[in-house]
Amino acid sequence: MDLTLKIWRQKNSQAKGKIETYPISDISEDSSFLEMIDVLNSNIIHEGGEPVAFDHDCREGICGMCSMYINGQAHGPMRGTTTCQLHMRSFKDGETIYIEPFRSGSMPVIKDLVVDRSAFDRIQQAGGFVSVNTSGNTQDANAVPIPKANADKAFDAAACIGCAACVATCKNSSAMLFVAAKVSQYSYLPQGEVEAKDRVVNMVNQMDKEGFGNCTNTGACEVECPKGISLEYIARMNREYISATVSSEK
Amino acid sequence: MKLSSIVRKLIMALSGLFLIIFLITHLVINSFTLASSKELFNDAAHFMATNPVIYLMQYVLALGFIIHIGMGIKLTLQNRKARPEKYAFNQSSKNADLSSRSMIISGGLVIVFLILHLRDYFYEIKFVGLPEGTTDYDLVVNLFSSPIYTGVYVISFIVLGFHLNHGFKSAFQSVGANHKKYNSAIKVAGTAYSILISLGFSTIALVHFINQYSFN
Amino acid sequence: MILDSKTPEGPIKDKWTKHKNDINVVGPANKRNIDIIVVGTGLAGGSASASLAEMGYNVKAFCYQDSPRRAHSIAAQGGINAAKNYQNDGDSIYRLFYDTVKGGDYRAREANVYRLAEVSVNIIDQCVAQGVPFARDYGGLLDNRSFGGVLVSRTFYARGQTGQQLLLGAYSAMNRQIAKGKIQMFNRHEMVELVKVDGKARGIIARNLITGELERHSAHAVVIASGGYGNVFFLSTNAMGSNTTAAWKIHRNGAFFANPCYTQIHPTCIPRSGEHQSKLTLMSESLRNDGRIWVPKHLEDAEKIRAKTLKPTDLKEEDRDYYLERRYPAFGNLVPRDVASRAAKERCDAGHGVNSTGEAVYLDFSAAIQRYGKEKALVSGINQPSLEKIIELGEEVVEQKYGNLFQMYEKIVAENPYKTPMMIYPAVHYTMGGVWVDYNLMTTIPGCYCIGEANFSDHGANRLGASALMQGLADGYFVLPYTIGDFLSNDIRTGPISTDLKEFEIAEKNVSDTIDKLMNIKGDKPVDYFHKRLGKVMWEFAGMARSKEGLEHAISEIKTIRKEFWENVRIPGDKNEMNTELEKAGRVADFLELGELFAKDGLERTESAGGHFREESQTPEGEALRNDKDFAFTSAWEFVGEPSEAILHKEHLEFNDIELKQRSYK
Repeated sequence: MDLTLKIWRQKNSQAKGKIETYPISDISEDSSFLEMIDVLNSNIIHEGGEPVAFDHDCREGICGMCSMYINGQAHGPMRGTTTCQLHMRSFKDGETIYIEPFRSGSMPVIKDLVVDRSAFDRIQQAGGFVSVNTSGNTQDANAVPIPKANADKAFDAAACIGCAACVATCKNSSAMLFVAAKVSQYSYLPQGEVEAKDRVVNMVNQMDKEGFGNCTNTGACEVECPKGISLEYIARMNREYISATVSSEK
Repeated sequence: MKLSSIVRKLIMALSGLFLIIFLITHLVINSFTLASSKELFNDAAHFMATNPVIYLMQYVLALGFIIHIGMGIKLTLQNRKARPEKYAFNQSSKNADLSSRSMIISGGLVIVFLILHLRDYFYEIKFVGLPEGTTDYDLVVNLFSSPIYTGVYVISFIVLGFHLNHGFKSAFQSVGANHKKYNSAIKVAGTAYSILISLGFSTIALVHFINQYSFN
Repeated sequence: MILDSKTPEGPIKDKWTKHKNDINVVGPANKRNIDIIVVGTGLAGGSASASLAEMGYNVKAFCYQDSPRRAHSIAAQGGINAAKNYQNDGDSIYRLFYDTVKGGDYRAREANVYRLAEVSVNIIDQCVAQGVPFARDYGGLLDNRSFGGVLVSRTFYARGQTGQQLLLGAYSAMNRQIAKGKIQMFNRHEMVELVKVDGKARGIIARNLITGELERHSAHAVVIASGGYGNVFFLSTNAMGSNTTAAWKIHRNGAFFANPCYTQIHPTCIPRSGEHQSKLTLMSESLRNDGRIWVPKHLEDAEKIRAKTLKPTDLKEEDRDYYLERRYPAFGNLVPRDVASRAAKERCDAGHGVNSTGEAVYLDFSAAIQRYGKEKALVSGINQPSLEKIIELGEEVVEQKYGNLFQMYEKIVAENPYKTPMMIYPAVHYTMGGVWVDYNLMTTIPGCYCIGEANFSDHGANRLGASALMQGLADGYFVLPYTIGDFLSNDIRTGPISTDLKEFEIAEKNVSDTIDKLMNIKGDKPVDYFHKRLGKVMWEFAGMARSKEGLEHAISEIKTIRKEFWENVRIPGDKNEMNTELEKAGRVADFLELGELFAKDGLERTESAGGHFREESQTPEGEALRNDKDFAFTSAWEFVGEPSEAILHKEHLEFNDIELKQRSYK
């Protein structure tokens, strides 16, 4: 298939970027979106230009490294899919495709389509863990049974790959879905419950400090999340945060 | 004290829910104008104006509006700042409905209406004073005799309904009420409520507008 | 030089306990004065960083990704083994040890494997305590499943995303230490050289991938946890960035590289679709619990299927060849990976392959769907359900078990695997070989350690399913944190290592010269061109079946590609900025050397063992034939310049607790 690509090019974080147009032809419908970009880059190198920088690693939809805002949607038009798992059969021959980096003031562009998502790391450092050391003397794994429903809920939250599609797609550039998923994963489990109050307060505070926008419950994040994380977790975090603020000893 | 984003949203939700309750009260009182006796409405209006509790509530209500509006503007400004560079091509209609994406616009229109509304009623009654021999009821009927006024009124309530359609369920989400067992109920209630408000106020206005012709 | 594995004396079950009691330790107050560099933040590196920091050491951790959470351990699907015996099917530490040694075709170091089995139980306890959401049954207890090559259910899992959950566990433990300042995290940094001072590993040169700047980092010990080298094949299930650079740099600095030819070709991957293919996607081995593998029995049916004139679902039962069930009745579809992969290749080479490339076999769930459907109908009290109802119920059960995998398959292939059998084909997945380490996980460079997939230690010539996660976490959480103290106890008076030392200066200069050399070639072929060529040579001549001629050809071919690479590669852009082509070039340059050593190792080992199948060494039925008399050793190669001229050192493997037998899964 033949396509016209309109891609955001930006030399580095200080430089001003702009959209450039690249025609590309003979793309197989069975190739993935990133494989199409590989072909483009190989063409660009041949012509003496600089290839488009983009983040990617596992190419099987789990590492969360790939991003890209494709035709006005995070990870492109297909639901429940990361860019690396998007295939060219989702596009029409002759189509024009816009490719932009994920945009948020808290995730500045590093180069072309590569953005800095370290804010997510810092949010997790603020409390996204259970404070237990590797001693080899933790109690037996089956000592505390966990209701299957809770374990499943925790898992659903833990399925977040940290790709930041939620932030990219939110009109407010809010990180609530990500933070809610991380908070909920732990608070659904007895192991995480001990520190639950501090965790939610600290993580939300860090999120605010990073400059993400406010959640206005449009629900766009849930729709665009490649792992289908539910808005339910945001409501849950709201509850947890409110009750923690009211009842915390600190 | 700096409020966290969740507290800001909570304030938005609670003030919104308060206004949602107020709107119901307002609608009930407005519906009195449709009664055969105009005394019902005048009595209600008199009661609302003189009862000390209600008198106090005026200020609470004003505060509710101010907080809701102020916070709404603040949130919007913050949210704009959170994404300094916009997308060249964005298809937000693919993942969120229009009412949720345009709260500040629908809200803004409602504010404009609110100012007009306060000028026409609150200002007239409180500060100018009604002309001798006329009642609150007459003021209502008089205003609705204008097609422009009635038109603006009806459009404003459609916009408000639109605002409420997202606002209602969003408020529940913000206070943490989201559970798959009750979500559909909240959604249905929200839609029903917005239609009720939109339709209720508009119908009353239209009835009065039409009535002016049938009475003569 | 004589290789000393430093395996402790005594009965196998006491070795680890005894060793922990015997080795030197660093006191808590002194740990604060000791720095450790960890390269790589997957299960091994992440867990090691966290544990070392918890103990009090100052850790500097490096990863090339934008966050430690993205290391490729995250893609592991199936599960993690542990000898918990929760299912009461007679599992024990010994049985896990035995299965692992046997599964590895008796080419692993016994004492290491026993220790691995021993600490496996701690891993599960630790991960649950960290909040890893493992699958549970309705009673709230942990669930298990069975994996290839074993007869018990000892695999713990978190749907099809076990690696992700375990890695997020290790990452969360790291985060806690990063917040405390005990770990300094360097994202988007790549180690490009090891720095030795007085023969000891004392630091690294890292390239900041955002600015292109070369940075000097010093420490009292360096831990390499950079994963395997499967990407030497270009197409593999590894991540695009997975590379051997860190491991290869320490090899060039004196660390022996062991058994490079032991590569695992995983039987259940999604087949290649065309030339544009950039990587292969694995479908969890757990699918073999319920899927039946087959090809058309008759060649003409296979041809029709390839031409798409015949649908697989229309092929009658008696016209299908369930070749694994036929050849290996005891283990059936659950034979170890190497056996399953070779059997698939054998059928496809014989012309029975089922997709357009002729390189695919079917993995069929229809039997499982019906079996589960009937079961569910009974449980839900439906009497005499119709076939449609059975299939509907069965599909629900299968979806619960493998939903995400089926969805992934459908996304990639655009076929519905509930309705038509999946197509699978073997792909390079894991490398058992790696940097040689002793019982303490130290390489032949003092103070330089290697853990996880990057080392060679525990899997012998073939790795069993769900053992990689176990090994990574065992090394990082429970082995290295103890054993590293033995070396560091000599460093409590050393004080901080200065990065102004001459050794750092020279190392940085070397790196910078190499980068300049690469940038100045200004040829006309992109890096991928050479990488793809290397991959094709590796797959064809050093892949699932290897021969003397093939391997010799591979060596000379790789030399040619390497020469051309250094003459004709084109790297656009500047070195002082983010330059993904330059990153790739550095990695491919190292693969081009490793590939040659790989082939050399395969050439020397004229026996077949596990993932290494020499066509010259097979039983009359075509099974791998080991030669214990001549090859019961680990090959450890010493770098001297040209990779194929590396010097071979042998570590003889002694089996005191397991009798060496020809592996049989019949």
